[in-house]
Formats: sequence, C-alpha cells, structure tokens
Amino acid sequence: MDSGLLFNLTTIAYFSSMVLYIAFIATKNNKVATAATLAALIGFIIQTAALGVRWYESYAILGSDHGRAPLTNLYESVVFFAWSIVGVYLIMELKYFKNHRAVGAFVLPIALFAMLWGQMSLNKSIDPLVPALQSNWLTYHVITCFIGYAGFAIAFGVSIMYLLKIGKEEKHQGPEPMGGILGMFPPTKVLDDLNYKAIMIGFPMLTLGIITGAAWAYYAWGTYWSWDPKETWSLIVWFIYAAFLHARFTRGWAGRKAAWLSMIGFGATIFCYLGVNLVLSGLHSYGGS
Amino acid sequence: MTETEKKQDFTDRIWDFFCSLKLTIILLLLLAVTSIIGTIIPQNSSAAEYIRLYGQSNYELFTRLQFTEMYSSTWFVALLALFCVNLICCSIKHFPRTWKFFKEPAHIATPGLLKNSSNKLEISTEESPEVVVDRVKDTLDKHFTKTVRSDANGKIYLFAQKGIYSRLGSYMTHLSIIVILVGAIIGNVFGFRAYVTIPEGGSVTHVITRDGSRNIDLGFEVRCDNFDVKFYPNTRRPMEYASDLVVLREGVEVYEKRIVVNDPLFFDGIIFYQSSYGPAGDAIITFNVTDNQNGEIREFSAPLNNRVQLPDGFSAIVTDYTDDDRNFGPAMRLHVINPEGVRQNPIVVWQNFPEFDVRRGDKFSFAMLGFKQPYFTGLQVAKDPGVNIVWAGCILLIIGPFIAFFMSHKRIWACIEQDGNATKVQLAGNAHRNQPGFALAFDDLMQKVELAIKNQSPTKEG
Ligand code: HEM
Repeated sequence: MDSGLLFNLTTIAYFSSMVLYIAFIATKNNKVATAATLAALIGFIIQTAALGVRWYESYAILGSDHGRAPLTNLYESVVFFAWSIVGVYLIMELKYFKNHRAVGAFVLPIALFAMLWGQMSLNKSIDPLVPALQSNWLTYHVITCFIGYAGFAIAFGVSIMYLLKIGKEEKHQGPEPMGGILGMFPPTKVLDDLNYKAIMIGFPMLTLGIITGAAWAYYAWGTYWSWDPKETWSLIVWFIYAAFLHARFTRGWAGRKAAWLSMIGFGATIFCYLGVNLVLSGLHSYGGS
Repeated sequence: MTETEKKQDFTDRIWDFFCSLKLTIILLLLLAVTSIIGTIIPQNSSAAEYIRLYGQSNYELFTRLQFTEMYSSTWFVALLALFCVNLICCSIKHFPRTWKFFKEPAHIATPGLLKNSSNKLEISTEESPEVVVDRVKDTLDKHFTKTVRSDANGKIYLFAQKGIYSRLGSYMTHLSIIVILVGAIIGNVFGFRAYVTIPEGGSVTHVITRDGSRNIDLGFEVRCDNFDVKFYPNTRRPMEYASDLVVLREGVEVYEKRIVVNDPLFFDGIIFYQSSYGPAGDAIITFNVTDNQNGEIREFSAPLNNRVQLPDGFSAIVTDYTDDDRNFGPAMRLHVINPEGVRQNPIVVWQNFPEFDVRRGDKFSFAMLGFKQPYFTGLQVAKDPGVNIVWAGCILLIIGPFIAFFMSHKRIWACIEQDGNATKVQLAGNAHRNQPGFALAFDDLMQKVELAIKNQSPTKEG
C-alpha cells in the first residue's frame, strides 16, 4: 500500500470528522460528537501509518543509507502539521474538554485544510537531502516546532469561539443559558482557560523547537543564533505568546485582549512557518517546491 | 509633602514602572514588532545594494535608524536591556512573597481558610481528639505526604505540603533568559567568527573574521590533506562532502579528523565547520599513451590545456574533460600536435573503453585513467566561550516553564478540637494550579480520612 492512498483516506476521515463536529453543534446530540472524535481518531491512526509508510518508502527510493523521517519538504511538513494538530487536539479533548467538544468544529478545519493543500497541490516526490539537512537535529527540531504550532492552532480555534461568544454573552440578559449555536460553545470562562491550556502546551514546545534549532545551527554552522528571518520570526512568535502568558496576570489584558493576542500569535506562527519561505528568503527554504 | 517624601514618591514610581507587568507585555510586543524590520530589510549588505533596492534617500534614512544592522543597533539593544531590567526588578519585587512559602509555611490554618476553602471537609466524631489526630495524621502521611503537627489555641493543627518547588518555576524561567543573554554577551566579546578557504594540501595559521575587522592567530596550523565530494547518482546534488583536516603545532601533527557538514572539528576551543567547497584550479587528467610502433606504454598526468611531450617530437594536449559523456562515463578530448607544431583533429577518449582508441590505428593510442579535480574546502571557524552558558540557560528555559505550568504547590490543613462531648475535625486544601485535578485528588483523600476517623479503613481494622 502506498502512502499517497493512506493520506487520501486520512483527508476523508478528517473531512468526516469536521462535518460531524459541525453537525454536533447543530443537533446537540452527544452520539454525533462521539462519532466526530472517532473519525478524527481513525484519521489520525491512518495518518500515523501513512507517515511510517512514507518513511519506509524513502529507504526504497534513496537507498538504505539515505532514508529519512518524512519531515523535510513543504509537502511533508504540511501533512505533519495536520498530524500534530489532530494529535494534540485528541489528547486535549480527552484530558480537558470531553464535555465541550464543539471546539473540534473550529480545529479540525485547520487540519483538513492542511491535508487538502498538501494532497492537491504540492510536490510529493521524495528527493535526496542536501548535506546540511542530514542531521538528527532536523527530526527533533521539526517535531518540537510542529507540536508547538499545533498547540497554537488549537488556541486559535478556541479564541475565535471566545470572541464569537463573548459579544453575544455580554448582550445576553437573564439567568437562563444561551440557546442556539452559541449555546453549544463552551462558556467563555472555559474557552479562556482552554486558550491558556493550549498555549501552555504550545509555548514550551516552541521553546524546545527554537533551542533544538539553535543547537543544530551550532553543530552545522558554528552559530546558534544568526538573526536569519526564520529564526527571527520564531522569536517573534515566542515573544507574542510570552506576552499572552503574562497578560493573564494583569487584569486589563485578559479576556478579549488575550484572545486577540492568541490569534495574532497564530498569524505570526503561520507566517513563520510558510510566509518566511514563500515571501522572504533565508536558510530554511523548503527547496522552493 | 516634604522634599524627601517627594523624592521617595518619585523613586517609588520609577521602581513601579520597572516592575510593571504592563511594561513587560508592551516590551514583548514591541520586540516582536520591531524584529520584523530586520527580516524584511536585508541585514549587513553593501551600501550599493541598499541604494539599488531602496534608493538613495531611503538608504540614508535606514542608516540613520540603524535598520541595516538593526539587531545590534543602539535602540534594539536598549530595548533588550530595558527588558532585562524589567525582568530583574520584577523578580526582585515578587521573590520575597514566594520565599515566604519556604521560610514561613502556614502550619496553622486560619478559621477563614477552613471555612472558605473550596476543598474542605468537616466531621464530628465521638473519639477523643488525640485518637483522631493520629488517624488523620497516619492517613495523610501515607496517602499524601509527611504532616507537621502544631498545638495552638487549645486546638491541634496538622499541615502537609507537596511541590513547593513549583513556586520557583517562573523564577527559573526568568533567570534562564538572563543566563542566555550573559552567555551571548560573553561569546560576542571574547569569541570570533571567521571564514577561511584551504586548497587541498594547503594550510592556514591565521583567519580573518567575518566582518573583516581582525586577523586572528589560531595558535596552531590547520592543513587540509584531502577534500572529497560525493554526488547523488546522475545529479550534481552533493550527497556528502568531507575534508581531512590535520592540526599541527610547531610542525608536529597533533590531531586529525575527517569533518563533514554537521560534524565539525573541535580543537583548543576553536571549531572548524565544513561549510562550502569549490574547485581550486583545473583538473589533473591521467592517461596512458601507447606507442603503437614498439608497444611502449607511458603514463602522463597533466592539468587541462597543458602540453605533454610524447616520443619523436610529438606532443599532446587535453582540452576538455567531463565526468559523464552521454552516459558513457568519464571522457576527455585531446589533440595530438605533430613535430611541425600542427594541432591535429580532436580525439575523444572514454575512460570505460580503453581499447577503443587503438582502432583508430594511429601512431599513438590513448587510454584515459582518470581525472582529479583539486578543490578548496570552505570552513567556518568559530570560537564561542559563552556557548556552554547559553546551553545551561536553555536547559533552565526548558525545565522552568515545565515546572511553572505542570507542577503545583498543594497544601492540606487539618484542625482538630474538642467540641462539647465530640471532636470536631476540619480539613481544607488548595493547590496553586490545576484546581480541578486537585479537587478530585482531595475528594479521594478525604474519603480515606473519613474512613480512618471512623476506624473503618481496611488497614486500621482490629
Ligand atoms: C521572554 C521573556 C519571559 C518569559 C519566557 C517568561 C516566562 C514566564 C513563565 C513561563 C511564567 C509562568 C507562567 C504562569 O505561571 O502561567 C512567568 C510568570 C511570570 N512572569 Fe515571566 N517571562 C518573561 C518575562 C517576564 C518579565 C520581563 C517579567 C517582569 C516584569 C515577568 C514577570 C512575570 C511574573 C510576575 C510572573 C508570575 C510569577 C508567579 O507568580 O508565578 N516575566 N513568566
């Protein structure tokens, strides 16, 4: 079985999961939410297998000395981004928001979009690596960065929900709970907390990602930091989320402002991940494909 | 208000400014926003390049604002320094409060705590206070952690705490940033970064720093004995390149290593990284010449376009070579020059088909043996005495947030007192993080405590 087919099945599973999460918000039926989680889980398992198969394929194509983890070009990184998002999402759902699964409707679309983009329009060939990329640090660096990005993606989805809900909630009078679609969203206090929790996962992972990147740069080029655009953007993202974490301690910066900071942070994350390669130039070009 | 009070007020306000978390957030965002400039405007390019890209007047503006090397500009460094001051002041301000948890643990629960805590339990029992204390203490010791007993106001208090060190997670994080910056400064002041090229067989004793400002004596000699590059099959994509480096002290070889990208040579605090390569002069081609009149074979090695002398006044010159001619493998093109000095038509000779040229039936036949392209190796040379401090800071920066986010300081208090004929037991607990998780653990623990007080705990039976 080839990895391309498995990745297509993954895409279908994520699509089904997204539809089911949205259906859950509309129907308020817990069975639908369970089906949505199950679809995401099945997709995640298939994708894990697909990543393994692609890893194996790289040995078949490049020879037994030159196989590598599937984390090296734009296609592979986009697919891995989707995998990280769904993986971190499933763990967080299990641990923190079993009772607030509407969040999935705002997170699965991000993973689905990544899969669609990768499967439909990126170059999937397995090419040999230039010497600078032949390093175990690459694997550690990419995995930690992407788990960080995944945490931020979830925080982003939650922040959108927060901002959608808070406005209505403030206008909403009376003690009875809000009805309608927004009524299915978790309470704003919970959303605010989930935003924080997702960033609590993302921030240390990004820190680890920046540090492994610095260690790698040191062993490959002799400087752990050179203000290369990609490095600088990762630091920008880090500054924004550090500001977010501290915003919690000052009342004036919590709530809405924190949600906006989280969204701006995710915008910067996406720019760091894609914009730097596609718009700016630097050491990290993904082979231009 | 007197003069000194006014002064007091003023310094207080400055202090508060430097301690303020609002300043932290603003500085973090300001650092984020200004950092973007240097990712858009190329850094440390030449004046001509800037003028070509942005025009004369913009270039003048950029130099005035120090945008062309902004990460070392006065204003950016000042921003970083202010950030550090903020960090240090803030930590100094908050630390005494944290230290109190260590120095003066709250052994005695206040009535307010016992009453208002969101995790609490109250039981009345017929047993005597001393018996109850023992039972509660045993349970907490066993299922939570060691308890401390204090007797005050005619009541008996128990206190137990876990994970107090998690209070230090944020300090560790903040300290790590200072440590990293100190390491970076040390590296910048006492280290250097340079680039050097060494042709195969050549050596260097000095390197010039990247910015061209200093010529640094390495204190030893580095020779490159050999350089190899391997390509992926049928491509010009390098698969791996390597240099055989030898370190010499006063002419004596003291160390040698084959370095590849991602695996540098360390010697005496100086590191040599494989970074690039290039051709150093023309290839040297080796070939056999057979004199078909007497069958005599001779081997020649010559750089491209250099004449070699053959017997009887003839000579030959190799004018081109390739490592792959139309999938037949390496080949060379040569001309024979007759004794009159006339250059004959070119002959192509393939290395993989040594018999081929004999069929031409000329006076000489040629067989290509190989060619060697001499290379220079490009090395980054760096010395960074601060790097280990930076790594130490990085380790703190990994552990610190982990402790701050995922560990929590959990405390449990008990108060046991005679209440008429009965004994009143009050328990309360809190955690400074992850309250939902603690609430579950607390309820679980309280069940055990309750069973123990009623002497129904399985371990207490009989
Ligand atoms: C990039 C720099 C910084 C990083 C990465 C950082 C990181 C952290 C982290 C991980 C925490 C724990 C967060 C939590 O408990 O939720 C924290 C807490 C805190 N930070 Fe920072 N910080 C930075 C800069 C600063 C600065 C400049 C200040 C000073 C004004 C500051 C003041 C505080 C305070 C007051 C706390 C709460 C401490 C506590 O009670 O636990 N931070 N910081």
